Amino acid sequence: MNPRAVMNLHAVWAIYRVEMARALRTVLQSIVSPVISTSLYFVVFGSAIGSRITEIDGISYGAFIVPGLIMLSLLTQSISNASFAIYFPKFVGSIYELLSAPVSYLEIVIAYVGGAATKSIVLGLIILATASLFVPLHIEHPVWMLAFLVLTAVTFSLFGFIIGIWAKSFEQLQLVPLLIITPLTFLGGSFYSINMLPGIWRTVTLFNPVVYLVSGFRWSFYGKSDVSVGVSLGMTVVFLLVCIAIVAWIFRTGYRLRN
Amino acid sequence: MQPIISISGVTKTYATGFKALKEINLDIVRGEIFALLGPNGAGKTTLISIVCGIVNRSSGSVTVDGHDINRDYRAARSLIGLVPQELTIDAFESVWATVNYSRGLFGKPADKAFVEKVLRDLSLWDKKDAKAITLSGGMKRRLMIAKALSHEPRILFLDEPTAGVDVELRQDMWAMVRRLREDGVTIILTTHYIEEAEAMANRVGVINRGEIVLVEDKAELMRKLGRKRLVLELRSPLATVPDAFSRYALELSPDGGQLTYTYDNQSERPGVASLIRELEAAGIQFRDIDTENSSLEEIFVNLVRKPA
Repeated sequence: MNPRAVMNLHAVWAIYRVEMARALRTVLQSIVSPVISTSLYFVVFGSAIGSRITEIDGISYGAFIVPGLIMLSLLTQSISNASFAIYFPKFVGSIYELLSAPVSYLEIVIAYVGGAATKSIVLGLIILATASLFVPLHIEHPVWMLAFLVLTAVTFSLFGFIIGIWAKSFEQLQLVPLLIITPLTFLGGSFYSINMLPGIWRTVTLFNPVVYLVSGFRWSFYGKSDVSVGVSLGMTVVFLLVCIAIVAWIFRTGYRLRN
Repeated sequence: MQPIISISGVTKTYATGFKALKEINLDIVRGEIFALLGPNGAGKTTLISIVCGIVNRSSGSVTVDGHDINRDYRAARSLIGLVPQELTIDAFESVWATVNYSRGLFGKPADKAFVEKVLRDLSLWDKKDAKAITLSGGMKRRLMIAKALSHEPRILFLDEPTAGVDVELRQDMWAMVRRLREDGVTIILTTHYIEEAEAMANRVGVINRGEIVLVEDKAELMRKLGRKRLVLELRSPLATVPDAFSRYALELSPDGGQLTYTYDNQSERPGVASLIRELEAAGIQFRDIDTENSSLEEIFVNLVRKPA
């Protein structure tokens, strides 16, 4: 890259704005539907089943699942937002303009990942607000809570961006979230403490990166976690770095973009 | 003068092993209209895509106004506007948002007055709030052009601009191209309509099977185009062309039954009438007359039909 060149901020802003405009256009799909499904989780798990479950780590079950539910939406929405945002122009062919524009790879990533992450962070906060209507919430470390929210949104938006570039069809676009992310999130301790699992399964679970996200995020709420918060943070950062490395490779080689 | 685009030794081999471009060398002169002619699949779009940064080349180098398209991609790309062949637009955005997006993407600050002018020039102003998906094919084409012009490019690529376009839009487009050229914009258009190249271009390049087979001034081509042949079928064969006709450089067929006169029909006095008068006076009678054109089309077809 030319070291003298300054950032093309107009381009970053143009892309970001289009992404936001799409979110507003599809407000029902991007905001309302996750809110409804989260509310249903609360009715079913929080109230109907939760009332028969004793407290976990001294936290009522309804309140216990809030961080996990937010993480669940954050992960799936970050991935789907970012993967769709970059796949769609590839699909209709309008990607030519992005590739022919004087924008650096870094600017493309900042704009698309920033757009996708913003949407899912807003969504996470909306779900948090929705949850507060059902259960009394208490946030012990609000700054860490926001830090985990942002870190996770950015990391999984990057991951979604990679999927969007890799995917050659809408089917492939859905495949990774469906086959990998959904099982990982459901088995990631959103609805239970991994300490409740028998020994061997507890060990297996520790290979699931989502466990660290949920655990760390829950710690920021209630000061209690399945794994130490330092490890949680470390694992999230490692996953972020892996995604950054893959994106850097994609752009260096032009993988599925300029070939 | 330094060429505005300089392509040297550019090749492209796709992963499938298909050689789309073989050693392309081509300079585009500042301010000219250059027509790149070639049959489908000749490599026109691949070449444009490489210059614009959409496709990576396999080897060779390209500079745009002296800027290497890789090392100095920002400077190179911000000079270029591209109107691709396919109508590829985000269908759910409005015309106004789409064109402003393009301007921002190319690093230009918002300028509502300028974008309005572009839309008005292309008869798109009435449609500024319409979503792209609701536009007709012709309107979508205009929108693609508006996007390309939104960032005030100094070089404009038009890839098959008039394929499937109605007469009105075609004329508007030609008028627009002439206006841009007056403003000093360099224009490269690809086409497989030869009339289009004839009407618009300063220079013509022909590409076939990934190779540039001809680059020539249009005036020069028109001169070739202007070569006409007059063939006279004689009533009685001649043994030789009489000396009196030496200034016409006539050719006599081996059997002596046919006289051929090659002339330039662009010239003021092609000499056809005087030749016929003088033949009559010399008592050489003919029973038939035929004229043949060596058209650009003929040149083009001969060039591209050559075996690989």
